[in-house]
Order: sequence, then C-alpha cells, then structure tokens
Amino acid sequence: MSTPDRSAELLVIAERVVAMAKPGEQVEAYVSRGLSTEVRVYEGEVEHFVSAQSEGIGIRVIKDGRTGTSYCGTLDPSQIAEVLAEARDNLGYGEPDEWSGLAEPDGVAVVPQSLWDDNLENTPTTRKIELAKLLEKLTLAGDSRVRVDDSNYSDAFGEAAVATTTGIRVAGRENGCYLSVGTLADDGDETQTGFGFAVGRNVDELDLERAAREAVDRATRLLGATKPESRRITVVLDPFVTAQFLGIIGGTLNGESVVKGRSLFAQRIGEAVANPLLTLVDDPTNPLAYTATDIDGEGLAARRNVLIQDGVLQKFVQSTYSARRMGVSPTGNGLRGGYGGSPSAGCLALQIVPGLRAQADIVAGIDDGILIQQVQGLHSGVNAVSGDFSTGAAGLLIKNGTVGAPVREFTIASTLQKMLLNIAEVGGDLEWLPMSATGVSLVIHDVTMSGA
Amino acid sequence: MIDNDILERVLAEGLRTGADFAEVFASDWRGTGVGLDDGKIEQLSTGRNRGAGIRVIAGETTGFAHTADLSEAGLMAAARVAAEAARQGGGGIKVVALTTQPSRIVSPIEIDPSTIGKAAKVDLLRRVDEAARSAGGAISQVSAGYSDGRTRIVIANSDGLVAHDERVRTLLRVSAVANGDAGMQTGFDSLGHTMGFELFDKVQVEDVARAAAGRALTKLKARPAPSGSLPVVIKAGSGGVLFHEACGHGLEADLVAKGASVYKGKVGELVASPLVTLVDDGTMTHEWGAIAIDDEGHPSQYNVLIENGILTDYMWDYLRARKEGRPQSGNGRRQSYKDLPMVRMTNTYVLNGEEDPADIIKDTPNGVYVAHLGGGSVNTATGDFVFGMTEAYLIENGEITEPLREGNLIGNGPQVLRDIDRLGNDFAMGNPGTCGKDGQGVPVGDGQPTLRVKAMTIGGTAS
Repeated sequence: MSTPDRSAELLVIAERVVAMAKPGEQVEAYVSRGLSTEVRVYEGEVEHFVSAQSEGIGIRVIKDGRTGTSYCGTLDPSQIAEVLAEARDNLGYGEPDEWSGLAEPDGVAVVPQSLWDDNLENTPTTRKIELAKLLEKLTLAGDSRVRVDDSNYSDAFGEAAVATTTGIRVAGRENGCYLSVGTLADDGDETQTGFGFAVGRNVDELDLERAAREAVDRATRLLGATKPESRRITVVLDPFVTAQFLGIIGGTLNGESVVKGRSLFAQRIGEAVANPLLTLVDDPTNPLAYTATDIDGEGLAARRNVLIQDGVLQKFVQSTYSARRMGVSPTGNGLRGGYGGSPSAGCLALQIVPGLRAQADIVAGIDDGILIQQVQGLHSGVNAVSGDFSTGAAGLLIKNGTVGAPVREFTIASTLQKMLLNIAEVGGDLEWLPMSATGVSLVIHDVTMSGA
Repeated sequence: MIDNDILERVLAEGLRTGADFAEVFASDWRGTGVGLDDGKIEQLSTGRNRGAGIRVIAGETTGFAHTADLSEAGLMAAARVAAEAARQGGGGIKVVALTTQPSRIVSPIEIDPSTIGKAAKVDLLRRVDEAARSAGGAISQVSAGYSDGRTRIVIANSDGLVAHDERVRTLLRVSAVANGDAGMQTGFDSLGHTMGFELFDKVQVEDVARAAAGRALTKLKARPAPSGSLPVVIKAGSGGVLFHEACGHGLEADLVAKGASVYKGKVGELVASPLVTLVDDGTMTHEWGAIAIDDEGHPSQYNVLIENGILTDYMWDYLRARKEGRPQSGNGRRQSYKDLPMVRMTNTYVLNGEEDPADIIKDTPNGVYVAHLGGGSVNTATGDFVFGMTEAYLIENGEITEPLREGNLIGNGPQVLRDIDRLGNDFAMGNPGTCGKDGQGVPVGDGQPTLRVKAMTIGGTAS
C-alpha cells in the first residue's frame, strides 16, 4: 500500500497565500509538514518511543527592496492570514536593499531524484523496535568490554512546497531512516566511547553489522590511549573527520560571506587555494548523497557546482540574493532551516573527488604521523573568517608505516588556508555519510599537535 | 491555555493502556527577531509556535507524542499515540484529579517586549552598528541580532500536578569583523537575560557593541597561540563554561545512571580542588538559565553539586529521581513541547574564593590569560573536554602581555578540577549560553571568579 503524494495540498496552501499579494509586493510562501518516529532501546527494552508530527508555514514579503517575514507552527487557515499580515507589517522595519528579491525560474532543468520509498512507510512499528534491539545485541556481541549507551532507530517523512509571485511552484516529499548506536568500552578504570550508524531510504538498506562493528572498533581501539607529546606532524583524517573538515571549508566558499566581507577566499576566483590534488564539488543531484535533493530551499533546481578544480577556486555557492549582488548566475544553493527560517546560501552535498589508494596503503607510506579518528570542539576552535583551526582530537599514532598506539586529549591546529595547500594525498576510500559532505582519507602535512 | 477538566481527561486517556504516569506539557511561544548585517536592517521576523507534548511512562518505557492542535480532540489523539507507544499490557481506568500549584515568580518582568513597538527594537541594532563601527577604523563588518520571546506553559501530570509558568527572554548578539594586514579577525559579545525590555535601561547596547568590536581589533595584533601545556588564568565571568563541560554534564543523573560519566559512584569523594564549590541554581533571578519551574513542573532549586571539592549530589529529573526513590532537583528541561525532558543544567557557577585576582596573575610567571571563551564540549564518559578561547593573552613574568589568536583548550575534567590552584574574589556571571544535549538546546548561564588551572593544553601552533 502506498499513500498518495500529498505535497500538492501544501502547494495549494502556498499558492493561496501568494494569490493574496498586493500590487508591488513579492510574496513567497513555504509550507511544510513532517512526521517522525524515534525508538530508543536500552538493555533490551524500549526506553522511549517518540512519535512526532509537525507542520508550519513561513511567509516572506518584499516591497521596494524591504523584506519582512513571519512564520507559524500550524496550517490553520485563520493563523495563516495573521502570518501574512505580520510579514507585511514587518517589512516596514526592514531597510531597502537593491538586491533583495525572490528566486525566479532560471530555466535549469530539475534532475529528478527518488527521495521517497513506499516500503519505509509500510514498515510496522514492531519491526522498527526489533531493529534497534538487534543493533544493541549485535554490538554487545562484538566485544565483551563494550557496553551500549543507547541504540536508536529513527525515521522521518517530510513534504514541502514553495510558491512565489515570481513564478516558483514546487512541491515534493522525502523519507528516510537511520539507526545509531553509542558505545562505552571499559578496561579497568578507563572508559572510551564510540558510535556506529546506518542510513537508508528503507529499513532493508540498513547495514546493522557494519554499524555494530564500527561502534565496537571506535570505542575499543582508543582503550589505553595516552596524551602525546606536542610536535608538528602529518595527519591522516579518517573519512568521517574529513567530511566534517569539508563542511567547514564549504562554509567559507559562500557568496553571502563574500558580499558581506567575511570570506577568506573573496577575490581569489581563478587562483590556487588548495593543493592540485583537491577537487571539491557540491552536487545534490548525485543520488548517493545523503542530502541529495532536486530543489533548493528557494525553489530552484538543485545542480552540480564545481567549487575547487585541481586546487583552483572556481566559484562560490549562492543564494538568489548573493548571486544577484555578485552579478553571477544562481547556483541553486538556497538553504532553509524549516518554515521558521529565511533561505541563505550554503553547500547542499559536498563531494571530494577521490584519489586511488586505500587508507592502509596511505598509512604504509608515512614514517611519523597520526590517524585522526575523532575530533571534538570544531564549533569552538575553528574560525571560518580568520581561518584559525584548532580542534580536540583522538586517534592512533603512525610509526614507520603502521598504525599503533592510541592517543587522546590533544589538539591539532593550523589554519584553513594552510591545510588546503598542505593536502598531500586524497584517499580512494570514498564514503557516503549521513551528513552534507562525503568522506575520504585525507593526508595533510605540517599540522601542530598539542599534547603534553 | 487548556482547562483543567480537559487536562484530566487527556491524562486519563494516556493511562488507559495501563501506564503508571502521564504528563501534558503545553506551550505557546511568540517571538520577534531582528537581524542587522552589512549596515542594514535585513529583516524583522515574528513567529509563533504552540503545541503540546504528551508523555506516558509504563515501567521502563516512555511513550511520547506531540501535536500542534491544542483542542481536546487533538490532545486526546496525541495521548492515544503516546499511550500506545508505552503500552505494556495491563489496561484499566485511572482517575486523575488535578490541583493547581500556586504560581511562582523567579524573574519578575517589568516591560513585556511584546508591548514594545518594533521600531524600538530596530533602533537598538542601529545603535549597535554605529557604536561597533566607531570603535576603530579597522572594523569592516558588523552583524547583530535582537530577539525576544514569551512562552506560556502549562504542565499537568497524573500525580495531580498542574503548574503554569510564563517565561520571557530577551537577547542581543553582536559580531564584528576587523580587517588588518594579517587578514580578518572576529569579535563577539552578547547580552541575554530572563527579563523584559527593561534590560536595555540597565545595560547600554553600545557597551556590548564595543566589547565585540574590541575583541576583533585586539586580535589584529595577535600572535599564534602557544602549543602545549601551560598554566591558564581565566577571567571572572568568562570561564563558567569550563565547569559546565569539565563536570556539569557528568553530574547529570541520566548519564550517571548509564555509567557514561566519570563521576559515577563518586558522591562523598574529593573530586576537585578544595577551593571549588559548584552550584547549579535555577533560581538566580534574571539569569539566562533561570526558571521558576522546570519543564516537568518542579520548582527550580539552588543545588550544591560540589562543596569544598567534595561531590555532594547529581542533578535529577522526574524519571531518574523516581527510579532512585529520591526527590527531583528541578533540572528536568526540554527545548520545546516537541521534546522529551532530560536532566539539564540551569545556571552553573563556582562560588567566590578569597584572593585578589591581580595577585593570581602576578604570581603566574608564564601562562595564558583567557578573557573570553567561545563554546565547548565534553565526552562525559572519558571526561575529556574542549573549549574555545576567543580573547586571550600571554602572561609573561606575571604580567598580561600580547594577544593571542583563537584556538581550543583541551583538558580532562577530573584532572582540571583538581588542578585549580588559585581562586579569586571577583565572581561574575558570563554570557548567555545554549547548552546542547541529545539534539536539544536549552538556555543556560554560567559564572566563576578569576581562577587559575595549574596546567592545561593550549591548542595553538606556536612552539
């Protein structure tokens, strides 16, 4: 059994709002609805079962370059009228900005994505609970030193529509499911932590064995870790860490930061900003990406954008506003954080073009280095405007081509600019991760490790 | 918001499948946000979110459902979903009789921000922009945000409790960019209280703007932070996040119960320098983490967690307290009606010591002076934590000298607590914070007097 796509109903609501535009007004309505389930299992029992439903509308009105917005967490028609009136009132307090304006259809064809799977919708609750229980069991069976903190199943169904007076009319829906497990490994007084996860469009795509194995490995391999001596060193970032690093780099390649004087890379288009080994692409049209999508938050077709080619900066990702202000074509990168937020420029699905070698082969060529398996505090130790980079880390030392002693409670530091130039190898071990960037092993020279 | 007789019927519906506890948490939030960037008021946004979360507990299992529909039909439907989710066989009819709790006020509000015209809010940001730009010719960009929110809350549970609350929070954030020969630097400052618009009669927004701009300007001359282990002096009111991360999270009973805290089984033991008395205090009037009642309806409390270095207690919510057969501590909090409550901090701070802060610096031959901190995070199971320094200086021969570029500091919670060897008498609260746990953010405060940690690892690049 499959339910019909009801996102068209949301589009009707959005269009109804847009039809109320007064002369001289641009109006945009974003309408969304979602349903999610979360099961948490602990010691073989359901600890909690959450069933969450949400809906809301966000309205933007632009007139004479002034913008006002308002939103509300319900689709009750009487409330929607109030939201529109509020947005209209609010624009009187914005200041005119000649580049303000809604997205306009730009002729770029939508690359259809299969973002919906009926099988997930038809999965019974009991099966979802079983999966979380099974993941806990598999993880515990992996190593007698391991305890499970929590084992979780979650899924989400979302539908959304955008309509504007400028001719945008889009609607769609998507769903997906996710399993995760948090682990604790004990050895005497010492405890280390790990995690594992699996993602899919339906439950049959979830790889539980791998999630369990990784959760066990991540926690146990750090047992006995000590604090390393401070020195300059070559780091190998594990794919999961590289993906987080790419997320930060992506944040600097943003047209809004450029026009507002906050980008490290303003005025650098056409210049070498990274080692020629690096080619970085934002491609939400690749169905393998966790954040694959066909439409951006402003209603434009999502598209493939090459940001860095062989180390040379090619372009920035743009919202409609920043593209207009920079005088460049839109890139389809309007990001929206739900009905309460306004769209802003951001990367949708970053991918690094992989190299050739597996991590073990890369490590074999390193005499003195460190394999970084976890980072902590990227939000507090990285400044995307100045480029200063400093993060807490844990990992394994590399000596004469082999991975050895675990280390923790140290930081690695450099600047984003230097790290891009000091990339020494891009691994071939591409991983599609549940975040907006892919991972590969990434080797970076001359990073400062601070420990004892 | 919802009548008691409706709440009674909804709770009874929640208990129908044999559960032993049911709870309704309903909230109605309205807020205004104004953003300024690049010299312009970009937009003014107003919003409303209301709804109810219904929690049903049967044995060890919690069922939870939420709805944006506050009608009786909407609430009953959510109660059925939650009850089904928590079902553990049995079944039966229980009668719930509610007693409304007297309302309690921790942070009296003088001027409800919703009664203030939008133009006055916009004007605050114009003043911020002007003050920050006037702070120095090198200031190249300023962004600022104003926000206020008023939440009305009703909490009812099958133990007969009904509690009402009204919360008002007002926040100003300023961030500045300075451009110099060695590139750009940023500075940030914020002001936030559980207070109404009278906040801006008490504090001049220009001071917040100048603090943010000053940080960016100072760092234009900054040198790379050192790499390695050094003594660290933390300025009063800037390092509460250290305690939030180094031990606060580890004292949350839900993490302790699962053996995911280095402080498990340590009550009564010396876990910190005897100089340290640490308190979590939801009753601290007007502070960012102040609450009259927690999100389970329990009155907020002044809870001593560490007294003269000895661990005295953890923080508790309904669920963990019930399991242990002990009282709650007013620490059951949630981000919104869409979320389950968890054990969370409120305002977490270290009480004053006795020393003149100037002496602490004077007695430190070499080290780092941290004057402003960014965020932090902790792994509670290992105790390893980091926090970012957004304004810091070298200490050379007992004097504060050159400014340093940004970086993280890393330490191990239990070790750092033992290594606190000097404590000042200049207690101050820090900036408003948002504490994240399990995907939920809640407003928290922190504070401490000037203090010194004997040794911490500074995550810079200079040898």
